[in-house]
Amino acid sequence: MAALATGGATPSDGATSFQRKVPASSRLAAIAGTRPSVRHGQLLLSSGLPSLDCVLGGGLAVGTLLLIEEDKYGIYSNLLFKYFLAEGIVCGHNLFVASAKEDPADILKELPAPLFDDVHKNQVDEKETAIKSKQESQESMKIAWRYQNLPKMEVSPAASARFGHYYDVSKTVSPELLKSIKWHRFFLPEEMSLHPEIKTCNMTCGYTRLLQSIQRIIYQEGFDGSYPQKKQKNILRIGIQSLGSVLWGDDICCTDNPEDIFSLTKFLYVLRGLLRMSLSACIITVPAHLIQNKAIMERVTNLSDTVVGLESFIGSERETNPLYKDYQGLIHVHQIPRLNSLICDVSGTKDLAFRLKRKQFTIETRAGSSQCDTFI
Amino acid sequence: MLSNPPSSLSFLEGSLLIVFQGKLTLLRDTKTDGSFLVHHFLSFYLKAGCKVCFVALLQSFSHYNIIAQKLGVSLTAAKERGQLVFLEGLKSCFDVFFGEEQHVGQTNPLQFVSKDGSNLKTMYEFVRTSLMASGSDSWKCPVLLVDDLSVLLSLGVRPVDVLDFIHYCRVAVCSQLKGNIVVLVHSNDDSEDEENELVVNSLCHQSNLILWAEGLATGFCKDVHGQVKLAKAFSLLPMLP
Repeated sequence: MAALATGGATPSDGATSFQRKVPASSRLAAIAGTRPSVRHGQLLLSSGLPSLDCVLGGGLAVGTLLLIEEDKYGIYSNLLFKYFLAEGIVCGHNLFVASAKEDPADILKELPAPLFDDVHKNQVDEKETAIKSKQESQESMKIAWRYQNLPKMEVSPAASARFGHYYDVSKTVSPELLKSIKWHRFFLPEEMSLHPEIKTCNMTCGYTRLLQSIQRIIYQEGFDGSYPQKKQKNILRIGIQSLGSVLWGDDICCTDNPEDIFSLTKFLYVLRGLLRMSLSACIITVPAHLIQNKAIMERVTNLSDTVVGLESFIGSERETNPLYKDYQGLIHVHQIPRLNSLICDVSGTKDLAFRLKRKQFTIETRAGSSQCDTFI
Repeated sequence: MLSNPPSSLSFLEGSLLIVFQGKLTLLRDTKTDGSFLVHHFLSFYLKAGCKVCFVALLQSFSHYNIIAQKLGVSLTAAKERGQLVFLEGLKSCFDVFFGEEQHVGQTNPLQFVSKDGSNLKTMYEFVRTSLMASGSDSWKCPVLLVDDLSVLLSLGVRPVDVLDFIHYCRVAVCSQLKGNIVVLVHSNDDSEDEENELVVNSLCHQSNLILWAEGLATGFCKDVHGQVKLAKAFSLLPMLP
């Protein structure tokens, strides 16, 4: 596991040049969009939803897998998937998008647009925002006047200093922001047509190719530390859509007695090894409600780190239930990992519902249950 | 020649170790994570000066190392002085899947992942050779630790082959080498994974000591994570002075 020790974090708003003195050898450049966990120094990423980060104990750990059990029509799981990728764009991470039904380029075009408030501007257009923020800073720096004329600290483009952002689901991300990051694609119909049939480890063909593709990217781009001379480290965010569905060539979703029940679990095991040895994090959505053989889902849960199940109220009798009138569905946190420690950071309550507004996806304890915490 | 680290166990723990040899301990968890027991046994046996073969299938080496350091043992140091043989399952599986055929050879313990069969013979050979006492060793009884067995079923191994593997290990480690085996399995009362339940029930029947970590029946509680039940414990009374 890449448990990085970030010594002396530089202040986020860049207003002062004071930095804690630490020996040069132990100082690692902080990676944008990550922060060390308070409890055990594990490096954390934001999942794209600040409320989900709270529920998961601060964020998603680097090197782990977040498994989302899809809701019945896949609407909200798709949204979580997009939030995760959008967060990667805002933080300047690299993306790897894999899908068997949608072209990854189309998925990226439909990501929600990030919301920036006045204080933290995203420097996509550096000149324009530099002028604006300088004007603001001239007002806000009246007290610290002696620092006014010092050169501004440089922030790399599209690297916002905050941990966790909000998105506007009614707007899509701007093409300029998309162009500023590096991303890789895996579209199954494309891959199948390029190469002849191969089968390794008795795994479904699609899974084998996906694993080889991920491993190739991790190795070539140096996410596994194979290029130590590369100073600036970055995170690879991997998103795999609807794994286990029929389109991946796996039949666990359509029959009671699938031909090969081990493909998905073997895939997850090899993927786990890949994630643990690299600076990456992965989100996978699985249509769990379609898998008839529940033993498979139990094994899949054991092989994943964080497992979150979504249950939407669409089309169910709960839609008209007055108890649930403010919410769109329930969130079940099935598993949170215990990494580098004997206990895990788990929130105090398990009775969670979610509510989607245009600019916010909140997770709350159900009104009417004994505790009422809102995770904003 | 590195000397053994001084045994930091109390007298009671030390005498327990003399008594408790050649036994199979089953660690079982339901609705909670029983891996804290694995960490405990790992550091316990290393502090006691036993030679340990750890088959770690689910997590990376650094994860166990960091927790072991919190419990007072350094796994890296134990590996260097030859007290610990660590099989990192994730890394071996990576080598099998992405490595070249001729480099992997036939000796990778996880090579059953690539073949159709679910033969755990190479893994057993690995365990046997690592715990075999060599002339210069002065460690106490050998210990095999497995975390966890349920993963093997997910990788395509049949239940009967898992049970065969444990049986062969018991013959080699428990009766021939007079060592101990500690194995972690997951189970659930309402589990639909019949193969897993089969393995768990069979191991419950075979084992000498069962430690069962369960979540609380009344539901989730922040301060109390669960309870641990002890079953089939051997009787100490005739042994103590």
